[in-house]
Amino acid sequence: MASAIKIWSFPGGVHPPERKTLANQTATATTELPEKVYVPVKQHIGAEGQLLVQPGDTVLRGQALTQPGMSGGLPVHAPSSGTVINIAEHTSNHPSGIPTLTITIKLDGKHESIEFTAVENPLEQSPQELIKYIREAGIAGLGGAAYPTAQKLSQTQNTELLIINGVECEPYIVSDDRLMREHAEEIVSGITILQSALQAQQTIVAIEDNKPEAIQAMRQAIESASIEAAVAVVPTKYPSGGEKQLIQLLTGKEVPSNGYPSDMGILMQNVGTAYAIHEAIYLGKPLMERIVTLTGEALQKPGTVWALLGTPVSHLLDSASLQASSKQKVIIGGPMMGYTISDLEVPVVKSTNCILCPTESELPATGHEMACIRCGQCEQVCPASLLPQQLYWYAKASDHDALKQHHLKDCIECGACAYVCPSEIPLVHYYRKAKAEIREELIEQQKADIARQRFEARQARLEREKQARLEKHKKAAEARQAALAARAAAAEADPTEQSTADTAANNGEKQSKVAAAIARAKAKNAAQAESATAEDDKKARVAEAVARAKAKKAAQAESATAEDDKKARVAEAVARAKAKKAAQAESATPEDDKAKQSSQQSDNAEAEKKRRVAAAVARAKAKKAEQQKQQNSVTTSERGDSESS
Amino acid sequence: MSFFIASSPHNHVRRNTQWVMQQVLLAMVPGVLAQVWIFGWGVLIQLAFAIVTAIVAESLFLAFRDKPIKPALRDNTAILTAALLAVSIPPLAPWWVIFIGVIFSIVVVKQVFGGVGQNIFNPAMAGYVLLLVSFPVQMTQWMPPAHLATFNLSFIDSLWLFFTQYTTDGFSVMQVTMVQLGQGIDAVSMATPLDHIRNQLSQGYTLSESLNSPIFGGLAGLGWQEVNMAYFLGGAYLVARRVITWHIPVALLGTLLVASGLGTTFAIDQLPGVNIHLLSGATMLGAFFIATDPVSAATSNKGKVIYAALIGVLVYVIRTWGGYPDAMAFAVLLANLCVPTIDYFSKPRPYGNVKAKESAE
Amino acid sequence: MSLLTGVFVVSIIALVFGLVLGFAAVRFKVEGDPLVDQIDEILPQTQCGQCGYPGCRPYAEAIANGDEINKCPPGGEATIQKLSELTGKEAKPLDEAHGVEDVKKVAYIREDECIGCTKCIQACPVDAIMGANKQMHTVIADECTGCDLCVDPCPVDCIDMIPIPTKAERWKWDLESIPVNVDTAPAASRQVEGV
Repeated sequence: MASAIKIWSFPGGVHPPERKTLANQTATATTELPEKVYVPVKQHIGAEGQLLVQPGDTVLRGQALTQPGMSGGLPVHAPSSGTVINIAEHTSNHPSGIPTLTITIKLDGKHESIEFTAVENPLEQSPQELIKYIREAGIAGLGGAAYPTAQKLSQTQNTELLIINGVECEPYIVSDDRLMREHAEEIVSGITILQSALQAQQTIVAIEDNKPEAIQAMRQAIESASIEAAVAVVPTKYPSGGEKQLIQLLTGKEVPSNGYPSDMGILMQNVGTAYAIHEAIYLGKPLMERIVTLTGEALQKPGTVWALLGTPVSHLLDSASLQASSKQKVIIGGPMMGYTISDLEVPVVKSTNCILCPTESELPATGHEMACIRCGQCEQVCPASLLPQQLYWYAKASDHDALKQHHLKDCIECGACAYVCPSEIPLVHYYRKAKAEIREELIEQQKADIARQRFEARQARLEREKQARLEKHKKAAEARQAALAARAAAAEADPTEQSTADTAANNGEKQSKVAAAIARAKAKNAAQAESATAEDDKKARVAEAVARAKAKKAAQAESATAEDDKKARVAEAVARAKAKKAAQAESATPEDDKAKQSSQQSDNAEAEKKRRVAAAVARAKAKKAEQQKQQNSVTTSERGDSESS
Repeated sequence: MSFFIASSPHNHVRRNTQWVMQQVLLAMVPGVLAQVWIFGWGVLIQLAFAIVTAIVAESLFLAFRDKPIKPALRDNTAILTAALLAVSIPPLAPWWVIFIGVIFSIVVVKQVFGGVGQNIFNPAMAGYVLLLVSFPVQMTQWMPPAHLATFNLSFIDSLWLFFTQYTTDGFSVMQVTMVQLGQGIDAVSMATPLDHIRNQLSQGYTLSESLNSPIFGGLAGLGWQEVNMAYFLGGAYLVARRVITWHIPVALLGTLLVASGLGTTFAIDQLPGVNIHLLSGATMLGAFFIATDPVSAATSNKGKVIYAALIGVLVYVIRTWGGYPDAMAFAVLLANLCVPTIDYFSKPRPYGNVKAKESAE
Repeated sequence: MSLLTGVFVVSIIALVFGLVLGFAAVRFKVEGDPLVDQIDEILPQTQCGQCGYPGCRPYAEAIANGDEINKCPPGGEATIQKLSELTGKEAKPLDEAHGVEDVKKVAYIREDECIGCTKCIQACPVDAIMGANKQMHTVIADECTGCDLCVDPCPVDCIDMIPIPTKAERWKWDLESIPVNVDTAPAASRQVEGV
């Protein structure tokens, strides 16, 4: 069956010492429970989930500590029972060691579980249902990248080929090897779930030819489960386990540079992931532990262990009896792509497949970085057919455009180039830094673009508001002028209107009218002068105000009927009062007294008449007096006019 | 306890530049021994003097450039350059010839361009060409092979010749050579086999007539064929140890073989044959030790084949129609000039970047 | 006579080539981005005004009109380098008079101290502060350019400029800056510490 699969090849690649026998000779052990576990909230690529627990809460093994939030994410679960003692930043299991939000659980040692419920008849469930269970179990790719498995599954449509990756090309690491040897049936059962969820047409389990026991075990398990799958044995060459390289090995096709395997109808899952899927679906267990290779010559008891997710690395290294040197390298992952950590309290996370503690002589530190001699060896081993020596020059010169042109983004950071470099140049490190710089530049550029848009929008808004303000001022000024002009016009029209009234009411007021007209005309002149000169001419305004006041007065004096003129009414009232007084003074004569009394008593009409006459006389007198006053005021206004002009 | 922080990969193939250059020097040993056996102590004296000059010159210039001296010297590249130049020049050439050549190679061709890795020309060959065009007399006075010599020059005499141009008994290089050759052979025969053939052919002799000279015998020129075979052995060792890849030697020798084969086929008795071309002059030294200089050669395998084939063609063309009997140095330098272009056009296609044309197929 | 012929011929040739070149200049004219836009593209858009101009665009205009290219502290050496490449001016070190390159920061309003005066809102060049009169204000951290302009106007000094912490996803592989935790070495290693 296996011989039917054609094995292609990929360019480049290296053959570093495998050193797998250090750890793959013994069965996978279980460790003692650690005192505490550190469960980072985010252990996968993507958004972090929302917290479900608080410090002080008691949790059971398998209990979800987070749930997917608004922006997705995967849950994490308590690997054992105990009490949440802290939710805070803790050194991360990342090359940078930058602290991340971590739930610290003090274990009670009882290892009590919640009740796990298996999915009933999983193979009859719809793919969506299965994917939902896989998401709830918190399963992320266990090969190293920790991409959420459910997301990968749901993004893949029309899967032609499902590849189960058991290649494990990285030296030292034997986690998948041991898993396949010990749990082949469970892996195959997980594969059936994947097949069911993906409706995959073809399934290949790829294993490197340096793992004969694993190949044997997987073949037997597939045969006894009688599923549609084949085992492909690929030649041992690093990095044949890389997703892109394995696809090329098995299909001869290349994943497009900007695409994903799913674009080609291919989906790849690690054997560990298949095992976790089996556990989640058939046993209802979320992802709480994983197999970790403890290896390197600095460990007295190397081997593989089942480690609870969150177990501090120090706990595992203690169990493997680390004989640390003064400058110990502790590598998470293998020697080609792993990263060193600087704090042994970092936890085991979903992607931690190996902890490597080499001695100084085993993996000596690279020597002095020498000049590139352009030997081209890096170019020959590059599995992505890049030009590492050119990338190195451009990375050193921070020439990001040239780096993009030379396809830096297609570099998978496998380390083959740096492995063979005779000048011992840490090429991958240069590429990582350059990639980070390019990424940062992009982020900064995007941020700058947003800032520019916001700045320009704000400038436009400020400009708009300024224009609006100016517009308002202009309108107000226009309105004022219009009002003024209207008033002036009204004032012009007034005399005719009122003179008719006047002629009807009082005929002998020509003098006052003339005076008023003169005053008005002067006021108008003043107003015109004002509008002609600058708006903010205070003097003009003062003069105008004075003139206006005078014109008003004149108008008031001229027409006693002016409705809204208080002063006029007051003056009238005063005039009336005077007239009354005058009338009273007249009637104060004895004759008048008599007449008054008589009028009061007998001849009301006559008295009334007299009183009215007297009142009229008084009014006239009052008017005269008023006119007198008016004359004075006109002269004042004239003086004001001459001042303003 | 503290932790060692490093970026991956953490393991490394234990073959650094220093080791590579050591291996190349080691592989030169058979060739050098053959040369000593055939041309006398002068070869070793040239070699020692050249290496000392190279180390001193490189140290001084690095000090002048304010660069660390130790790591640059440790990579053995200066020693290799000096060695390649030393075995290329006549063993009894005066000391100042190799001195000028080494200084030029190290300072002008290598350091002025920025040090190891930055030079566009092969330093040894650039130095050789400078000497050849500047001191044609000294650079063409090759000793006759020991087979033909009537007596062997002692080490002391060689040393004296090297520094003073006269032996302890007061003979000059020319006189020594004449005496060695015995009577009846003129100074022309000081020429190398390639030189000799060239002269004879240009004087209207046929190839077989020119091959009648006592300097020929066996497969090609006496002495020279042994030297070439010894260098071939060393080169085979380098290929076997994967210090160099097979591409450059095979492409170079293959092209030369095809070209000279065609030449003898179409111009019988007028052009030297395959045996002469492959086993004369600097053919083997050039194919395995000079053209394979990583710095000035093309990088990709495809590029290396093109580069080496170009050298092969140029060697044949210059030997046949050019102004010089041997052409390895000129051919290598000319090919060095083409390397950027070759590299540009022999770029591999990166993974996943299938061209539209290819993907349409 | 021959002299005249020569002059005539050369003049004709000059005329012909002049016409060809002139035609080519019109026909194949390359419409490039105006220089100001290209410069503005390079500037970091913090709009902080440290260059002495009221924003990045005005500074871009000033550079296009011949101002120095080393007046932008937020952009730092990288920006100077790029401006130098674009404008062909010498890449001088950053002009200290306009400030020094600093880590990226974001404004943070201590909200219980904010009196709601809106002064910072008016100062913000990118409208990244939300709030209303007599209402508490807050900074939209994602939009904040860290320009520092809101700090001074605040009458109660409740605005801090906080350095942005590096996230693991945005780490730039500075291995040298990793703190090495010596205290938490495991028991096994402590045993051999004396060796």
